[in-house]
Amino acid sequence: MYAYIVRRVIYAVFILIGVNLITFVLFFKVNTPDDIARLQLGVKWVTPEAIAKWKADRGYDKPLVYNEAAAGRHKFTDTIYFEKSAEMFRFNFGRADDGRDIAYEISTRMWPSLALAVPVFLVGLLLQITFALMMAFFRATYIDFWGVVLCVTMMSISGLFYIIGGQYLISKLWNLVPISGYAAGFDALKFLMLPVVVGVIGGIGSGARWYRTIFLEEVGKDYVRTARAKGLSEVVVFFRHVLRNAMIPILTGAVVAIPLLFMGSLVAESFFGIPGLGSYTIEAIQAQDFAVVRSMVFIGSVLYILGLLLTDISYTLVDPRVRFE
Amino acid sequence: MRFLSALGCLLLLAACGQVWNNPYPASDSGKNILYSSFSERPKHLDPAQAYTSDEYDFIWQVYEPPLQYQYLKRPYTLIPATAAAIPKPHYFSSSGAELPASAGDIAYSVYEIHIKPGIRYQPHPAFAQDAAGHSLYLDLKPGDLRDKFSLADFPRSGSRELVAADYVYQIKRLAHPRIHSPILGHMSDYIVGLKEYAALLEQEDRARQAGRPEGTPPAWASLGKHEIAGVEVVDRYTYRIKVRGKYPQFIYWLAMPFFAPVPPEADLFYAQAGMAEKNLSLDWYPVGTGPYMLTENNPNARMVLSRNPNFRGEAYPSEGEPGDAAGGLLADAGKTAPFIDSIVFTREKEGIPYWSKFMQGYYDQSGISNDNFDNAVRISIEGETALSPEMESRGIRLKTSVATSIYYLAFNWLDPAVGGQGDTAQQERARKLRQAISIAVDNEEFISIFANGRGVPGQGPVPPGIFGFRGDDGSFNPVVYSKTGDAWHRKSVAQAKTLMAEAGYPDGRDASTGQPLVLYLDTTGGGPGGKAQLDWYRKQFQKIDVQLEFRTSDWNRFQEKIRKGNTQLFIMGWNADYPDPENFMFLLHGPQSTVKTGGENRANYTNPEFDRLFEQMKNMENGAERQAIIDRMVAVLRQDAPWVWSYHPKDYSLSHAWLTNVKPNRMARNGLKFYRLDLAQRAARRAEWNRPVVWPFLVLLALLVLGTLPALRTWRARELARA
Repeated sequence: MYAYIVRRVIYAVFILIGVNLITFVLFFKVNTPDDIARLQLGVKWVTPEAIAKWKADRGYDKPLVYNEAAAGRHKFTDTIYFEKSAEMFRFNFGRADDGRDIAYEISTRMWPSLALAVPVFLVGLLLQITFALMMAFFRATYIDFWGVVLCVTMMSISGLFYIIGGQYLISKLWNLVPISGYAAGFDALKFLMLPVVVGVIGGIGSGARWYRTIFLEEVGKDYVRTARAKGLSEVVVFFRHVLRNAMIPILTGAVVAIPLLFMGSLVAESFFGIPGLGSYTIEAIQAQDFAVVRSMVFIGSVLYILGLLLTDISYTLVDPRVRFE
Repeated sequence: MRFLSALGCLLLLAACGQVWNNPYPASDSGKNILYSSFSERPKHLDPAQAYTSDEYDFIWQVYEPPLQYQYLKRPYTLIPATAAAIPKPHYFSSSGAELPASAGDIAYSVYEIHIKPGIRYQPHPAFAQDAAGHSLYLDLKPGDLRDKFSLADFPRSGSRELVAADYVYQIKRLAHPRIHSPILGHMSDYIVGLKEYAALLEQEDRARQAGRPEGTPPAWASLGKHEIAGVEVVDRYTYRIKVRGKYPQFIYWLAMPFFAPVPPEADLFYAQAGMAEKNLSLDWYPVGTGPYMLTENNPNARMVLSRNPNFRGEAYPSEGEPGDAAGGLLADAGKTAPFIDSIVFTREKEGIPYWSKFMQGYYDQSGISNDNFDNAVRISIEGETALSPEMESRGIRLKTSVATSIYYLAFNWLDPAVGGQGDTAQQERARKLRQAISIAVDNEEFISIFANGRGVPGQGPVPPGIFGFRGDDGSFNPVVYSKTGDAWHRKSVAQAKTLMAEAGYPDGRDASTGQPLVLYLDTTGGGPGGKAQLDWYRKQFQKIDVQLEFRTSDWNRFQEKIRKGNTQLFIMGWNADYPDPENFMFLLHGPQSTVKTGGENRANYTNPEFDRLFEQMKNMENGAERQAIIDRMVAVLRQDAPWVWSYHPKDYSLSHAWLTNVKPNRMARNGLKFYRLDLAQRAARRAEWNRPVVWPFLVLLALLVLGTLPALRTWRARELARA
């Protein structure tokens, strides 16, 4: 297994270099260093000299990827791409274009994102599996039929509708919890209740329908028939056999999502005033802050690769037949 | 059982009138705190860099330039802030002889500013000293910052008296190679020696950076080594600034945070190794003498300003505009401000929760977005603005004021079709075309549709409230409007078509070629709302049979096109830096053409008469003579029509009944010190408006329980069924 993990880590380095290069090319295709400087300095009274000075100070006065004027390895290292990207592989993200430390921002914004994403993920997963099991248990009855109708209806509604509807009903009309905001520590609870409820409800439709399909596939297998033939009750059949065997596809979807919980949710965080990582990237794109964009894309890629690796490892834990070869 | 007990407690709390949706800590209830919001995180809090309203909302409460705008008076009037009096410039010839203000050969103006003694800085670790008078935190060793993450982590703080040298130091900071002040270029043209000083710092900085080991952060350039030739400390409380030529508008710059004092200790403190890595910088934690100090800086969620215990206090103004006394704005005249202990700004990126919180009483004041306009405001048939019944029932107050801004549709003067190029006949054709378009574009309709009536149609570059704007018949543009009886009306489309025919475009076709006239509007798009506006513009041009095409690009490319002159028509706006007509007229001054000189004249308009009058007007004192020149300049512009004078936006702001002394002020954002809160009323209204409603929750719970019963029955039936 260790050899497999090492191999995957080596692949990951090349994937990250590729992702980083694509981000760089896309970003600088749209924005020139002059544009970045102008955005930071504003549009009033800015002189070409001020722009040149800002670029020199921030290291944007160099060639993008190839420095013809330099000698030897400096042709590649004395460039914006190398200087802005090489340090990232040591997880040194540097400073945003407005001068603030990116690692500090990530470390402070990560916790509110997790405070929202983890409960939504765990409670959501639990409810989705429960609801899916119920539909599978009552398959071919009116409960299953109306359950699927409800799921399809719920998954057809935009996430934004749940957010606005939830805010309107629970906070504005019924005055039960604050409509938005955040506080550190246990004070966060009153702010998280509404976004967690909205997040969980918003995810039930698609999740439960997907898990129901998985359970129904398992229910039709021979070992389930054998279990029933042995006289096991339907409850035992479901919870001891069907649920366990359906764990592989459930894990595929769930484990890969765990690392990405760090990245937060853009829309929910924005509407509920949660100062998480979700909005950090989009704010950086709007501000044309390449330092932040590349850092967040890099972290996103690392987490995604980590998620896939964890999924592979988790296979072996839930299904002894799976081996790393 | 426990669940039922908890539910019972909640119901009991609800019955007792407790609010559950209060977003603020319970410990804050009853405290003298103003609750406000911000949508964009401030980029800079360093007064040498900050230049946007998002930033000014904070730093203007902390820093005190020598001058400020009187809070209530309009037109805007300068009064001393930390200065003892408004400085009177002295004028000198190049040989050093003092000249009268009316002299034509003024080489220098000298401003000598005396500041009031006894003003003290807010408590800050940079000033902390031990018993022997040695600074505690200006010579930190590696490792001293290990447990320091904010200013609150430094156990000791200190203060000191504000001195004139702090103002001089800040002017030097404008030239600092690490700071990138946006006004350095502009100020270098005026303050004697600033350009040379900046070049010297730059040169020294380059030499220092060249020698630094790879990977180490750039060192902070010391500002004490050299002096600016035109800026000097005269004595402990006096400093002098020498300005090239006569530049009467310089006095307005002295009311902006760029010229606020910064203590050198602050830079020494923040420049120490390890500070920047922890975001401990002047850009993050300002140090000022103002009524408030920034005590919490979390631009992702919340910023808190707390009363500066060292603030000397400031008398609430005793004079205002007519109507201010009747509006209760002079009730606190002469009383010592600030009246509020702290201000909590919460970040709200979305309009829906922001507006809901205002309506719940959790924000003390609010603007009005287009989405909420119909809920908040009713406009009568006569055009009068009033609050909606819901707002009135809550005691909410509405304040309106015309902003010192203008939006305009510009014609690129370098364009052969709509500009001022070619021979006299060509120029005349283009002028008539621009005039016809100016008539066709119905700004009143635009304001009604897209700004909910919140604007005043433009008649020229100078907005109402700025010297030079005429409130009489002269305020109407006779090229676009005509007078019938006592009323002015926009000229008819027929008159615009006549101008089109005279311009050589009868029925929208070029008379010589027969080809339809197609014009191009460069735009940044702007989403679904933007599309509606563009469609509206197309319809306006269709009225005179002109085809309008759009060239959409992102903001960067749009700006680039303007810089290179690759545009025909485009829409822009301008917010005044200071309340002087020069700050609007210069946008059309030929020598400041964007394409030719990189200036702010984005339309690249040029007219020798206008340029001559501008040179004459810009240095004059306000008075009848200046007004006459402005009138002539406006008349020239109206005839030439280099812009369609679209509109001056009107600010609408709402405040709850418990917040008083609120008056919008677009030139200065330091008015929070004059706000006053009625805390008892706020607490009572919040409790009244936010009673929790629990029954729908209980109904939902009951429905859920009932919903499980058929499932249980089905399950039981299945269990009992035979195979």
